[in-house]
Amino acid sequence: MLAEATNPIIRWEYLVDEWDQIQTALVQHIQLTLLAVALGLVVAAALSAAALRYRWAASPITTFTAFVYTIPSVALFGLLVPYTGVSTTTAVIPLVGYTLLVLVTSILTGFRSVPASVRDAAEGMGLSPTRRVLTVELPLAVPYIVTGIRVATVTTVGLVTVAAIIGEGGLGRLILDGLRRTFWTPMTVGASLSIILALLLDLSIWSIGRALTPWARGRPSRGRSRTGADGRAPAGGALAAHAQVGAG
Amino acid sequence: MARLSTPPAIRLCEVTKRFPGAAGDAVGGLSLDVAKGSIVALLGPSGCGKTTTLRMINRMIEPTSGRIEIEGRDVTRSPVAELRRGIGYVIQQVGLFPHHTVARNIAAVPNALRWDKDRTTARIRELADLVGLEPSMLDRYPDELSGGQQQRVGVARALAADPPVLLMDEPFGAVDPVVRSRLQGELLALQARVHKTIVLVTHDLDEAITLADRIALLNVGGVLEQYATPDDLLRAPANEFVERFVGGDRSIRRLTLATVADLPFAQGPVVDRATATADDARAAMAAHRTDWFGLTGDGAFLGWVSRAALDAAGEGPLADLPRAVPAAQVAATSTLRAAMEIIMTSDTSVAVVDDGGKFGGVVTLERIRAALAAEPS
Repeated sequence: MLAEATNPIIRWEYLVDEWDQIQTALVQHIQLTLLAVALGLVVAAALSAAALRYRWAASPITTFTAFVYTIPSVALFGLLVPYTGVSTTTAVIPLVGYTLLVLVTSILTGFRSVPASVRDAAEGMGLSPTRRVLTVELPLAVPYIVTGIRVATVTTVGLVTVAAIIGEGGLGRLILDGLRRTFWTPMTVGASLSIILALLLDLSIWSIGRALTPWARGRPSRGRSRTGADGRAPAGGALAAHAQVGAG
Repeated sequence: MARLSTPPAIRLCEVTKRFPGAAGDAVGGLSLDVAKGSIVALLGPSGCGKTTTLRMINRMIEPTSGRIEIEGRDVTRSPVAELRRGIGYVIQQVGLFPHHTVARNIAAVPNALRWDKDRTTARIRELADLVGLEPSMLDRYPDELSGGQQQRVGVARALAADPPVLLMDEPFGAVDPVVRSRLQGELLALQARVHKTIVLVTHDLDEAITLADRIALLNVGGVLEQYATPDDLLRAPANEFVERFVGGDRSIRRLTLATVADLPFAQGPVVDRATATADDARAAMAAHRTDWFGLTGDGAFLGWVSRAALDAAGEGPLADLPRAVPAAQVAATSTLRAAMEIIMTSDTSVAVVDDGGKFGGVVTLERIRAALAAEPS
């Protein structure tokens, strides 16, 4: 009874007293997430380009990204410490690795969704290969890629908390701190802010995607180019949840 | 004669294509000349290499051997992108860019060629008018258009940089028959204005007959069985394959190729009211073994008069006689098929030709039959 009275789910004075620490954790969380997704996008773009360019490379690349995805995140963070020390690098490498499967898959799906007739017409009218990719294929792949980035981002927000075990991890450090001290308030704060952050980032990326694809908006569902762009794809949330379970 | 001195718009010389791993040639030693400003249909069953042939012209497929020239120039001599920008390309599924508005779709090649904005805008307006697109359509996305409208945009896009040659692969295969026949009519009207050299792939004999100046009928393996005008193909099939392909009703199909104006003039039992007498009218009826005769006045057909009416009136002026027998009329521009339809449903078994308000003679089933049997001049 006594313990419960002194250890509620949240103690509001904590927010005021530890505001600096909460703020620092939140900023680090955002930085780690955005850095990991941005780097993941660069690596995934390169891998996807190779997979699309050389047919034989597609299968090894997807197999590799799927393999990385199966490594338990706690293990992977720990494994890197002897090599890269307790540093941001150690946190970012696994985070990037976990984004690759969903990003590569969405980029490949996006480019493969371009109708054959559209490719044929673009080629037949004499557009250069670069022009075909930049002005026709990439824009048509954007809805799929945006969906992939959303899933990758939400997943990464969750995974960043795990990086707390090596001293990084943004809001994860609050959660870990709460667990160690059996003091629920930092854990509640860390978890709540993670969820809010994931939702806000997801919404922002969705809005950007919508702004980029004016042709895919507000029309009866005919054609296939907007499958991934319409509404808030429920598949995104489900995939993100699965990713956290699988990787955590 | 001029054709002999200038090279054909498109020339295929012994062109062969064998795909890797295929047992036989997709196209085997095909030679074909396409005259400037004409429409040639590549016609044949599936597997006859008609699409492969078309795609070798703009180098979407490279021939295994042989030579293709456009206006005397080997297609392999120019960079492939440059070559293709000089050749309009229209495909069955249209392939409009779904993320670009109709206007931007039409401007695809001008944009690639870096035309200035004013020139491109003016050209888009001109093309929309040419293919019959409402200006309000220009700001829409392709998914908001009907199939027929999309195909019009496809044609406008292919014509954007004013290429002398147009390649069309089953352009009307994906639209319903009503829209298809309207688009075919529009293509002919368009061609009368732009005079492009058009190579068109189709598996539809009727489409080839309707659109083409010459038909290249291909057999499986890209073997050219006959290259002739639609009328020659139907009148004189070169071999059994052609005969089977064009079918047993080829005489009926030929009826859609010729118009009433192509028939020699026939006066029929028709006399002029100002100069003819009752005896002239009786002589006309006797000559044509009819019980009625026609009257013209000031060059126009007035109507049929029955023998009974002539006999009852005695020797009065012919102009006063009642013209009570219903007259079937056809326009000089009607096809023989349409004329036949009218004759079959008329009381007199004769149709009167209306040549822009003037009497243009008469048509009977016998005259149509004779015209089909005759060798073309």
